[in-house]
Amino acid sequence: MSEAKRFNPLDYLERTLPKLVIAPSFMAMMVFIYGFILWTVYISMSKSTFLPNYDFVGLIQYVKLWRIERWYVACKNLLIYGGLFISVCIALGLLLAIFLDQKIRLEGVLRSVYLYPLSLSFVVTGTAWRWMLNPGLGLEKLVRDLGWESFKFDWLVNSEMAIYTVVIAAVWQSTGFVMAMFLAGLRGFDSSIIKAAQVDGASLPRIYWKIIIPSMRPVFFGAVIILTHIAIKSFDLVVVLTRGGPGYSTDLPATFMYAYAFTRGRLALGAASATMMFMMVMAIIIPYLYSELRSRSND
Amino acid sequence: MTEGGQKTYAERLARAVVYVVLLLFVVYFLAPLFIMIITSIKPMSEIRTGTLISLPRSPTVEPWLKAWGSATIGVSNEGIKGFFVNSLKITIPAVLISTLIGAVNGYVLSKWKFKGSDAFFAMLLLGCFIPFQVILLPMARTLGLLGISGTTAGLVLVHTVYGLAFTTLFFRNFYVGIPDELVNAAKIDGAGFWRIFWKIMLPVSKPIIMVTIIWQTTQIWNDFLFGVCFSTGETQPVTVALNNLVNTSSAVKEYNVDMAAAIIAAIPTLFVYFAAGKYFVRGLTAGAVKG
Repeated sequence: MSEAKRFNPLDYLERTLPKLVIAPSFMAMMVFIYGFILWTVYISMSKSTFLPNYDFVGLIQYVKLWRIERWYVACKNLLIYGGLFISVCIALGLLLAIFLDQKIRLEGVLRSVYLYPLSLSFVVTGTAWRWMLNPGLGLEKLVRDLGWESFKFDWLVNSEMAIYTVVIAAVWQSTGFVMAMFLAGLRGFDSSIIKAAQVDGASLPRIYWKIIIPSMRPVFFGAVIILTHIAIKSFDLVVVLTRGGPGYSTDLPATFMYAYAFTRGRLALGAASATMMFMMVMAIIIPYLYSELRSRSND
Repeated sequence: MTEGGQKTYAERLARAVVYVVLLLFVVYFLAPLFIMIITSIKPMSEIRTGTLISLPRSPTVEPWLKAWGSATIGVSNEGIKGFFVNSLKITIPAVLISTLIGAVNGYVLSKWKFKGSDAFFAMLLLGCFIPFQVILLPMARTLGLLGISGTTAGLVLVHTVYGLAFTTLFFRNFYVGIPDELVNAAKIDGAGFWRIFWKIMLPVSKPIIMVTIIWQTTQIWNDFLFGVCFSTGETQPVTVALNNLVNTSSAVKEYNVDMAAAIIAAIPTLFVYFAAGKYFVRGLTAGAVKG
């Protein structure tokens, strides 16, 4: 006993080494993630405009923020864009996954084609779609030259419709991801259940609708969380595709934040909008992580 | 399926519908890439007179040369090549450093757990999800205080720090699956912390190293937000330069040059995807789908 208790510097080093190794990352996390979040919250409660000014003014900036019409437009756009983006991605992703799961020839090739847009930057995607959707030389002209002379497709420059062009491009980029998630889920499904149901005379579409799709609940849940997260963070696609315009009709919270904090020099308002975005993300992520970690420890 | 493998008419029809739908989606997903490529090799005169999908009659590499070496981006007239090199200078060190630290972190958090290590992991996990807008302003100020705002070193730091959460997550989840007995046996044999990492963990880590490197490369190469906030003029990454090129309000829009520049900006990540797609998909779904 007495020998084991004697202080051995090498032993001590060996025991604290893991902590020492983690320490820099821990410090970085505390400063660059949690410290910075608090810092931003603090800026949002200060008088800062063009330069930081740390006089505390409480929640005034938040009151101001919610009085700005542009912020309302940004939030409304997020609801439209997020809602459509999520539902279309899930519908198409599920459809593609189910179809691909029918012992399709060249399945690997098809999968790679559906997934490659994910490797692209949203800036590249935006550039491509901006060109295809431009009213002068793009899709509109193509359809007109095919014979439909009165065809009109000016969504990109129409402030009522421009937000839907963002949906189109974002869906193109992210559908493959949802497909991959559902395909992984379908591959994990016990095929003996399908056989048993077929013996009972159930048709394949009915089996999918009544048994398999309902069993994919966790995948739906995961896909919604990830797509919501992508939607809230969407920034580059809007910047490239519409520049938030016409006017500010396609602004999203992320572009609003950038405009106020970095180009218009309204630091506190920008920080307040960033804090609102942070709270939106946390409102969906914390319950998700909580349920994930809990169900994992139950396994 | 009916008895004896005979397919009914309805079944064959259903199968045809499945194939048609799948092929239509192939067209939908490939069309933008196809249009980009043919647009990039058409002279402007053909772009004005033709349509999106008309094939080039006299293909030219002129737009590519211009996009690479002489297009006007911001204040320079030297095309996208300098910005492409910037992206390389940012991506390579940031990927290597964040992967290396992530591997060691993941090793500690799975095999050398201590009181509080699970809490640390949970906090880090949350860091994967924060919208970066909430750290932009303090980061801009900090880079200024460190004297590296607007530099490549600054962007490497930013990408490394915010990539750590993901790289640690990847390695930790991978190492959890390696039997503890292996590590414990080595400990009894007197192997230390680094020796076990080097001799036992690293040799089996190839798949997760691939996943992490590919994930980080795509994330960092494709980043726009950090690039646009923390770099200026000459140090901008290729995504920011592409946006500047596409969004200039200069007199004549050269769509062919825009498309060539977009493809150039996309080539590295497309290459990574087609060379190692298996790992790419695994990274995407890691942590997203259970099991």
